[in-house]
Amino acid sequence: MLRDQDRIFTNVYGYDSPWLDGAQGRGDWDRTKDLVVRGRTWIVDEVRTSGLRGRGGAGFITGIKWSFMPQEVHPQRPHYLVINADEGEPGTCKDREILRHEPHKLIEGCLLAGVGMGAHTAYVYIRGEFFREAEALQRAIDEAYAAGLIGADACRSGWRFDIFIHRGAGAYICGEETALIESIEGKKGQPRLKPPFPANVGLFGCPTTVNNVETIAVVPTILRRGGEWFASLGRPKNAGTKLFNISGHVNNPCTVEEELGIPLKDLIERHAGGVRGGWNNLLAVIPGGSSVPLIPKSVCETVRMDFDSLQSAKTALGTAAVMVMDKSTDVVKAIARLAKFYKHESCGQCTPCREGTGWMWRMMERLVDGRARVEEIDVLKQVTQQVEGHTICALGDAAAWPIQGLINHFRPELERRIEERRRAAEREAA
Amino acid sequence: MSGGGVIGGDEAAFAFTAENMERARAIIANYPPGRQQSAVMPLLDLAQRQNGGWLPPAALDHVAAVLDIPPISVYEVATFYTMYNLKPIGKHHVQVCTNLSCWLRGSDEILAACRDELGIGVGETTADRLFTLSEVECLCACVNAPVVQIDDDYYEDLSPETIERVLRALKAGEHPPAGSQIGRRSSEPVDGLTSLTSAPWAKTVPHRVSGGGH
Repeated sequence: MLRDQDRIFTNVYGYDSPWLDGAQGRGDWDRTKDLVVRGRTWIVDEVRTSGLRGRGGAGFITGIKWSFMPQEVHPQRPHYLVINADEGEPGTCKDREILRHEPHKLIEGCLLAGVGMGAHTAYVYIRGEFFREAEALQRAIDEAYAAGLIGADACRSGWRFDIFIHRGAGAYICGEETALIESIEGKKGQPRLKPPFPANVGLFGCPTTVNNVETIAVVPTILRRGGEWFASLGRPKNAGTKLFNISGHVNNPCTVEEELGIPLKDLIERHAGGVRGGWNNLLAVIPGGSSVPLIPKSVCETVRMDFDSLQSAKTALGTAAVMVMDKSTDVVKAIARLAKFYKHESCGQCTPCREGTGWMWRMMERLVDGRARVEEIDVLKQVTQQVEGHTICALGDAAAWPIQGLINHFRPELERRIEERRRAAEREAA
Repeated sequence: MSGGGVIGGDEAAFAFTAENMERARAIIANYPPGRQQSAVMPLLDLAQRQNGGWLPPAALDHVAAVLDIPPISVYEVATFYTMYNLKPIGKHHVQVCTNLSCWLRGSDEILAACRDELGIGVGETTADRLFTLSEVECLCACVNAPVVQIDDDYYEDLSPETIERVLRALKAGEHPPAGSQIGRRSSEPVDGLTSLTSAPWAKTVPHRVSGGGH
């Protein structure tokens, strides 16, 4: 188990003050100038050494992503850092804790990441519903300006750095980085075709990197303690610590920072008080937010919580939002609810997603009651494959995967419902 | 589509108050010169707050005029995002999350309790215009499920009894404390901490945060 001295988010629960005095007491903003003046190359190299992979879901290596930004900063094309605080993936509530309890880690991380990519301006895109969280971050930003930690001469390093909050207004799709950029530009949140990639043509047509809140908030600690320290935690290619959210049918739903690679069973039993009714009452777990395929109990017995282990188990770490379902769960209804979510959130731009999400949801609703023929399960699977990979952004994939997971692991249950309904109809006819 | 709202309602005139016009100017200054369209979302939010929680066409047109952009650019945004209300709404907007984490912990019962207590269905407003009830997608407070957002605050760790109590308090003109309704500070395990228990990290007295809803 992760030792307390290796935890980054020591105020994750807000037991201590989130404001500047409390944050400095926990080590934030400690000689930040020394880190800034070491410069862009050192910062990017150290983050690469750490092995940090993006915490927003895709898990791309952060240091490499930053190195895609042009080396030369053209005066007419300033570089932008954009923070994705549009937390919206069902099951996920980690960035919320950083915004309201550790806002200075995010602000300091913005400054250091900004130096690392030649950006003097950051926009933090916070989902509209997080009104109190945006208030908390704004208060912390105001404190940082007043203390000279950011602004015209950040930490007296000579680096100008500004941070602005941009609040969303209720659209899951804006968590997709190019939709998020469109939204900051004051448009509908519809994803852009790539290429060009944001690192070349992003916000206002300028080089832009979009990073998740947690990714940026761990950067100051990585730079202070060294990339090697972070890399020594977790597992090879799956380095460091991670905030996990454990929700659903556990005794003590909670958020907790742990090492990547912790066995799922340990995570649930040590931190979340175990599955309601005991481990043997477990039916299935969605291990990384609603977009990833569920895994049945048999897989949960041994699987580790990191990018590569979960990929081997034909699912994904995603946002590390663990949704636990015990044996009382109507698992078909659960996945149907997610299908409804994706139908609601499809931006409508690509036909396979716009039409497919509605079709998949209606099909799932029929499967809940067994109002289908067995062959239609295969048709549904085919449709998920026709949506997957055929859209501009990953929302189509995200809508397809939970249903594929259900069919892969619970096909007998789907068939049982169809058969049961058929027999009931026969009895009625007789 | 995300929003899919229909623009409508009365034709009353709308203009920012002097104070809000100041705020609007400060918001526009957050974006580079010539990029004032970026301010359309915060300005719509500002207009909605000034106008009792909803946006009539006159408000959309006013935002377009303030930003010097075509009205259609504002309409596109206002109809896309779900948080812009394009028809009148009750004083309190009760938004029940029914996505998976909340559903697993009884959001059906929470929604039923709201219906019963308010005497209205989803999408409806009470006759006294005090409450509008909505079903919403994931609010991302999932380890504190079930969750209901009322206006700007999250009410968490709910039971049918506690949400009824919250709604009754609002009816009485009170502002019931937001956050966890079972006494948790935030997202820690309810049975006691499983991390941050060793000195100097261990904290016994939770710090009160004005922004945290406690």
